[in-house]
Amino acid sequence: MHRKQSSKNSKQPPQAHHSNQTDLSAWRKGGKTEKSLQKHQSHNSQVNESKRDSFEQALSYFEKVQDPGSLRKNEVLQKHLATVESTALEKGLPPEAFDVLLNVALSGKFADAVNTRLLKSLIPASVIPESSLVSSVSWLCVSKCSGSIQLLFLRWLIAMFDFIDHKDQLHALYGFFFSFLQDEKMCPYVCHLLYLLTRKESVKPFRIRKLLDLQAKMGMQPHLQALLSLYKHFCPELISITLPGKMKTYFKNSEGPWKAAIITIRRRNQEKSPVSQPLLLGTTQHQSRKRKWNTQLILPASSASTTHLAEVKDKNSDLYSISESFPVEQLQTFSQLLQNIHHLELPSQMGSVLTHPLLLHYMNCIKDESIYLRLHYWMGQTLQEECTWCVVDSSQYEEEFKDFLEIVHKTECFLQEGFSSCEEFLYRSLPFWDGFCCRSQILRLMTWIPLSSFSEMKSHLYGPLAQLFFTSSLYFKCSVLESLKELLQNWLNWHVIQLDSESDSQGYSLNTTLSGLVNTVAELIHFVGWISTLALRLESSATFLLYFILDFYEMVCDIYLRYNLPLLIMPPAGVFYPALLSMDSVNLNQLCYIMYRYRTNLVAAKENEQIKKKILQFKFSSQTYQEYNQYLIAMVGCLWTSNAFQKDVHPQGLRLDEEVLKKTRVQDFKTSFNVVYHPALMGYALLFLQQAWPDDNTFNFSLIKGRKWNWYLEYLYAQGLKGLKLFIESSINRVSPASQIK
Amino acid sequence: QEADPQKAVSLLRKQWSLYSVTPLYRFSGAHLKEYARLLGAFIAAEKQKGLAVGEGVDLGVQVTFSSLPELRGGHRDQPAVLVQLSSRSSVSPKSSDEKLVWSGCFCCVAGEDFSENVPEDFTCLPLFLANGAESYLAMVGSWFQKTFDCHFCRLSISPLNLSWMAAMWTGCSVEKNACATELLFSVPCLPQPLDISYAIHPEDAKALWDTVQKTPGEITQEEVSLYMDCLYSHFHRHFKIHLSATKLVKVSTAIASAHCNGTIKFLQSKYLPGVLKLLTELAISQIQ
Repeated sequence: MHRKQSSKNSKQPPQAHHSNQTDLSAWRKGGKTEKSLQKHQSHNSQVNESKRDSFEQALSYFEKVQDPGSLRKNEVLQKHLATVESTALEKGLPPEAFDVLLNVALSGKFADAVNTRLLKSLIPASVIPESSLVSSVSWLCVSKCSGSIQLLFLRWLIAMFDFIDHKDQLHALYGFFFSFLQDEKMCPYVCHLLYLLTRKESVKPFRIRKLLDLQAKMGMQPHLQALLSLYKHFCPELISITLPGKMKTYFKNSEGPWKAAIITIRRRNQEKSPVSQPLLLGTTQHQSRKRKWNTQLILPASSASTTHLAEVKDKNSDLYSISESFPVEQLQTFSQLLQNIHHLELPSQMGSVLTHPLLLHYMNCIKDESIYLRLHYWMGQTLQEECTWCVVDSSQYEEEFKDFLEIVHKTECFLQEGFSSCEEFLYRSLPFWDGFCCRSQILRLMTWIPLSSFSEMKSHLYGPLAQLFFTSSLYFKCSVLESLKELLQNWLNWHVIQLDSESDSQGYSLNTTLSGLVNTVAELIHFVGWISTLALRLESSATFLLYFILDFYEMVCDIYLRYNLPLLIMPPAGVFYPALLSMDSVNLNQLCYIMYRYRTNLVAAKENEQIKKKILQFKFSSQTYQEYNQYLIAMVGCLWTSNAFQKDVHPQGLRLDEEVLKKTRVQDFKTSFNVVYHPALMGYALLFLQQAWPDDNTFNFSLIKGRKWNWYLEYLYAQGLKGLKLFIESSINRVSPASQIK
Repeated sequence: QEADPQKAVSLLRKQWSLYSVTPLYRFSGAHLKEYARLLGAFIAAEKQKGLAVGEGVDLGVQVTFSSLPELRGGHRDQPAVLVQLSSRSSVSPKSSDEKLVWSGCFCCVAGEDFSENVPEDFTCLPLFLANGAESYLAMVGSWFQKTFDCHFCRLSISPLNLSWMAAMWTGCSVEKNACATELLFSVPCLPQPLDISYAIHPEDAKALWDTVQKTPGEITQEEVSLYMDCLYSHFHRHFKIHLSATKLVKVSTAIASAHCNGTIKFLQSKYLPGVLKLLTELAISQIQ
């Protein structure tokens, strides 16, 4: 049920280049926004610039405008109004804009239609300055604007109450607001606002009298009752009447026009704060009222456990804990974490660590199984319940689920470790996956499947994945290959770390043996070889696809030397030959580099065998050497000695009968794949000819020979074909032009 | 708090919603009284949310936690925990007649294979039954999730498991003139929902089952499938409807009645542990 990896120590692999490495600052900013911001800046900086300009223009227009006329006729007004609206929706308005826009909207300069639109777009980017509200209240008192605008302003004020930076001056205006109770239409909203503003010192006998009068006049209104019961709560001695209890709602909802915007601001504010606060959590709960209890995705807020039972305390206290534990709510900085690491009180719900980078640091350095188990249970159930393609009627929550998967993946990157609950989730849900829903998130989760010797991957992962792979687009194929490469890299890194810690501990834990791991890794490489072969046929050896395949093998060919794992697997012929005969020099160059690395690894393995003179547990079979040599013969025969059609001994190789070749009516077929005539390199040969013989227009490729041949090679190397250089220098004996095979 | 044999009987003849619960972290059977107090305070606080402050006259919800040690498979199972919420009458707060408004029961019957693999900080009570208003369930559930870091998940019953229940419960002996065994099928892909009810005399059903079952006390998937196929072919002979193409949604017998949406009603105290054992198994397979 629970297969947790034992190493939680340093997770930094020796040579790993991770795009998603563990950087606290990057984490805090939230990778997504950061990325999109960067993109935004680089791509649209000009557009942004002009947008900001036009917003400033709009603002100064509204500041100075005197006699605007009607909206329909005034095109300038239309334009500026649209600018304000779009800015507000996109990123919210800066604090300084509120003063100007509120003044305009409430001064009655414009028609109500304009004022309404202005008020509806008063969405703060961060906060609303209190000073702007004071002047608006004074406008309200002189009643320059219509009743409906007054109402809308009050609703706006209630909806935005939490975003006002200070509230002291507003409290000072309590009496003004109270006087608006007279107005029958405004009364419910004023009551709500007063309810939000009331402090104990606001409760005065004359106000109570006024409220009771109003109640006598208007009857039992829920909003009046609410305010009265609050007054009674503060000063029970002043109010003797009994108020009926049990009231579902006291106030009408004022949030209406701004609801979506408020949620966005809260989310944005949350992302900015160093440690995400549970602010959002409250709102999501309201957002999805329709769903049944406990079926919405909520990341628990990090709060300390609520029960303080004597025995529980005893269990908690260990050698280090002095007297009190440090509550998790107070944990804000890394230095606090360091100081209190021995008596940190963990959150009551482990799921909250996902959004708490400091706690993740803590998790990284302690070895408490129960912490991982709590997280495991919670995450396993949440993934299962929220999976949009497994649960009926949940497709509307796809974005939510995507965000969640994103967070889980980030956590895995941070911890440099996969969760077994994610692994189980993938195994359970992949058979039903359409390959489209949450694609990039699922593929990224795949890269963190833990490495274990009892692999269930063949039936659970490879089967469903292969089905999707073969029936999907070229781009899907490439992204699957990319993910499998990262999976391989994560496994190899993990193995290297295990080797490092082997010296000071017992090494592999009970259920992992080296041969088991080697088998699991080999299984992955064979799987990729198989799907690559088929994919190259399906996509007619697309260069783009070949690039991703060879990228995978760039890691495979170096496993022995770079990751110290006794495993070398050659690519299948279905990959090797398409790469060798590729039309693109990038692929050919990659292949040359890979063959060079295979050679280096095999030579090193052979030397180690000879030096140690003892029976090693793992030895590359002679078949691996044989396979390598066959490929090498084919490659040298193609690129150098021009005898591949005769010498290639691989059963799926290039060997062709002389007669068949003659039937093709190609002259000089022997040389057609050497470094000059190879379709991937011919372009270079052409450019070389033009440079070496500028006056010759005959394109006589046979001129490249002898010393010119060497120049040509230098020319190729200078064009960036480093792989070719390494290959030729290591595998071809330049003294005698005949091939020399190790 | 003390064991009360009458408490288990209170599970009978009520409609229970089924949930699976992941192991409770740092839960202790010795603190039930304390938990009752904390949960009571939590519910009171929740009920005041959104209401004006300080009108708490009528919020009295009494919480009791009781242990049901008889509801378990063996000594390796945790004793079941019954949570009951009752409201005091607002008319006469002093009178003792409390009305039960909600109850929930955590239990584990023969789940030791699972619970023994869990560290000792965790308590395995994987099956949760709830009866009463969902608003109370939400409060109690949230409190448990917050306090013991567990997770509640609705437990639905697949048609396959329903057919197992149909077969198993048919085989149980009940007194004469028990109510009929009834299977409810729903026909998929229709513009209007169409349900087919298939009622069988319990003695006929038992006679059929006895011919199907080879070894008493042991049931195999083949036997269950054969039993259902026999029922289907009988139905087809009379009505020319292939029930195998429909979805089994509800099974009711004299023992219990279960619906695929995850609700159950227990009818016989004798077979209560047996039914709970099957449900525990389903709950465990959902959280594992």
